[in-house]
Amino acid sequence: MKPSRRDFLKKASIAGVALAAPHLWLPVTREAWGATLNKGEPIKVGLLFSLTGGLAVPEEDSTLVMQYAIDEINAAGGIAGSPIEPVIVDAKSDFNVYSEKAKELILRNKVIALFGCYTSASRKAILPTVMSQNHLLYYPTCYEGAECTQNTICTGPLANQHSKDLIPFMVEKFGKKVFFVGSNYVWPKESNKNAKIWLQNAGGELLGEEYIPLGSSEFGPVLNKIRQAKPDFIFSTVVGASDIAFHKQFKQEGFKVDEMPIASLTTGEIETKAMGNEFGAGHFLSAPYFQNLESPTNAKFVESFLKSKYGKNGTTHYNMEETYLSAYVFKAGIEKAIAQFGVEEVTPRKIRDVSGGIKVSADISPEGEIWIDEQNFNTWLVPKIGQCQADGSFKIVKTASEHVAPDPYSIYADIGKCSANGLVAPDGKVRKNVI
Amino acid sequence: MWASFDPSSFANALILGISIGSIWLIAALGLTIIYGTAGVINMAHGEFIMLGAYSSYMLQSYFGLPFLLCIPASFVIVGVIGLILERGLIRYLYKRPLDTLLATWGVSLVLMQGVRLIFGSDPKYIAVPEVFQSNIQLGFFNLSTFRVVVFFITIALVVGIWALFYRSRFGMQVRAVMQNNEMATSFGINSDRVYMMTFAIGAGLAGVAGSLFGVLNIVLPTMGSAYVVQAFLVVVVGGGSLVGSVAAGGGMGELQSIFAYFTNDTFARFLLFVMIVVFLRFRPQGLFAPAKARR
Repeated sequence: MKPSRRDFLKKASIAGVALAAPHLWLPVTREAWGATLNKGEPIKVGLLFSLTGGLAVPEEDSTLVMQYAIDEINAAGGIAGSPIEPVIVDAKSDFNVYSEKAKELILRNKVIALFGCYTSASRKAILPTVMSQNHLLYYPTCYEGAECTQNTICTGPLANQHSKDLIPFMVEKFGKKVFFVGSNYVWPKESNKNAKIWLQNAGGELLGEEYIPLGSSEFGPVLNKIRQAKPDFIFSTVVGASDIAFHKQFKQEGFKVDEMPIASLTTGEIETKAMGNEFGAGHFLSAPYFQNLESPTNAKFVESFLKSKYGKNGTTHYNMEETYLSAYVFKAGIEKAIAQFGVEEVTPRKIRDVSGGIKVSADISPEGEIWIDEQNFNTWLVPKIGQCQADGSFKIVKTASEHVAPDPYSIYADIGKCSANGLVAPDGKVRKNVI
Repeated sequence: MWASFDPSSFANALILGISIGSIWLIAALGLTIIYGTAGVINMAHGEFIMLGAYSSYMLQSYFGLPFLLCIPASFVIVGVIGLILERGLIRYLYKRPLDTLLATWGVSLVLMQGVRLIFGSDPKYIAVPEVFQSNIQLGFFNLSTFRVVVFFITIALVVGIWALFYRSRFGMQVRAVMQNNEMATSFGINSDRVYMMTFAIGAGLAGVAGSLFGVLNIVLPTMGSAYVVQAFLVVVVGGGSLVGSVAAGGGMGELQSIFAYFTNDTFARFLLFVMIVVFLRFRPQGLFAPAKARR
């Protein structure tokens, strides 16, 4: 059909009205555009952890401790008079489910912030969604760094903070020769890159580096190589079920913990409980938090958490505590954003933008005072080294003398430096949302 | 990274290969019987292994049973669970072998979630006597005591299965049913009962494997999924017969250890799996396929 003049006029006028008065066809309520807050209504946050599957061991605890923290905050009056309401989903240890559920939480449940993930793989799975919605993810555990997004806040140690003290400590105490063992994915490899730098500075010598497929439980060949190489200690970034198999087989193959201890970034209270204390005793862990940490805040945290209905697994550990902190970083951030913009104007991104410099004081934070870096939004913290005792608890043998700065690009100075607005390359170019 | 060659270390790797092979084999024994005999593609095999580990954990921590008694007890418990499963579900599916794949996969999910409901998803552990926590050292040979235990239990089970299937009346009936169900039935063999017993024994063997793996590894509701792939590889490469599984398990374990000695664990697996694919391309029936009438 030939376009008639009348037809054209009709269509043009419709288009004109649409352009002139967008409220006729665009949703007018702010809610339709994403998360917002309303006075007196509960503040919804999404808890995106795995409750089933291979990652459930650490992540179930994350969900439990978040519920505990939220109850605690609500009991103390909530945020600006409103309670926090957690929307709990199960990511089923499946990376597709992570990204699907992240979308659902943001678009359908309209949560104001997400708390979630344990592995870097799941974080990388949901980040594109979080960034495209300009949303906010609290990532509450250790990771490798080398990311600079404008939509995350991390409350765990970065690779540059994690092994900084551990390697020199072990070299000094046990000797210069070390063997690296890790799970075969991004975090152990990046962590080992950092560890090599500390090792070089400490005058140590790397005898070998082996990676085991995630979830593998056969450590015979690796232990055989370690026996041949005769290191003074082992530096381990093995995670999850493999880590437990590793410690068990270490002892079963006749290795002696006092001759060749394992210095780990992951083997905490929960792993020791799972493998049996006799397999964990004597080994070392670097973490910002241990259940045994002596402080009134921690004593109160451990006691009331284990007594609460969320403490059924019977222990607290670093990953759990870092997750607990993220709830209080969120609380401080959203309160600051409300004070600055007013309740109705708060968006996830605004919470993030005001979160730089937020401190969680020693009377709330079980690990002692921490604060969020104003440039890269990771956490300033004090790494500690613990040695596992015969009863499965950790004795703190070294505490860093001061807070260590987080630096996601510490070993990639040629790529740039992470700032609040993006990754600043050496030539001054700024790139946003680098993952 | 290529390790420098050291004869004593290499000899250790060879010994270790036998041990790895015995672990692969014991994981696959139950499946060999179930798949090789009844033709059931039992996707719940890994969960039978998991149930074996949880049986041992339960008997040990709630009833204080010594570990060595937990092993036969796990055989009985998981065997009974297998029996119930066979009576309630699998026996309706013998005529539709492909459907057993879906049905048993569903069963595996039910078992996994059921265990999670009862025991929670936090990891458990099985304590073993002090003697099993160390190693045996003879000159430059080094091997953990527990690996030796696993090796001998595997040998004992293989001999036991061989005797049961090739030297007993029941075994003769099983083989008759395997070769031609209708003919065997017409000679008065109760093939229904034969299938039932085979399935129960296969499940029980997985239970034994589970109680041993609970010591080497971690006890979790999801632990089975790591072993089921391994077990299927052994059975498929071996061709479904007992001697085939022994050869395939031993060979694959040894190759894994040798490759891992010269390269690393990840690359060793890669090489091994490529070899399996190539092997199956040229010999899809496996190493030692029993001559039988395909149903």
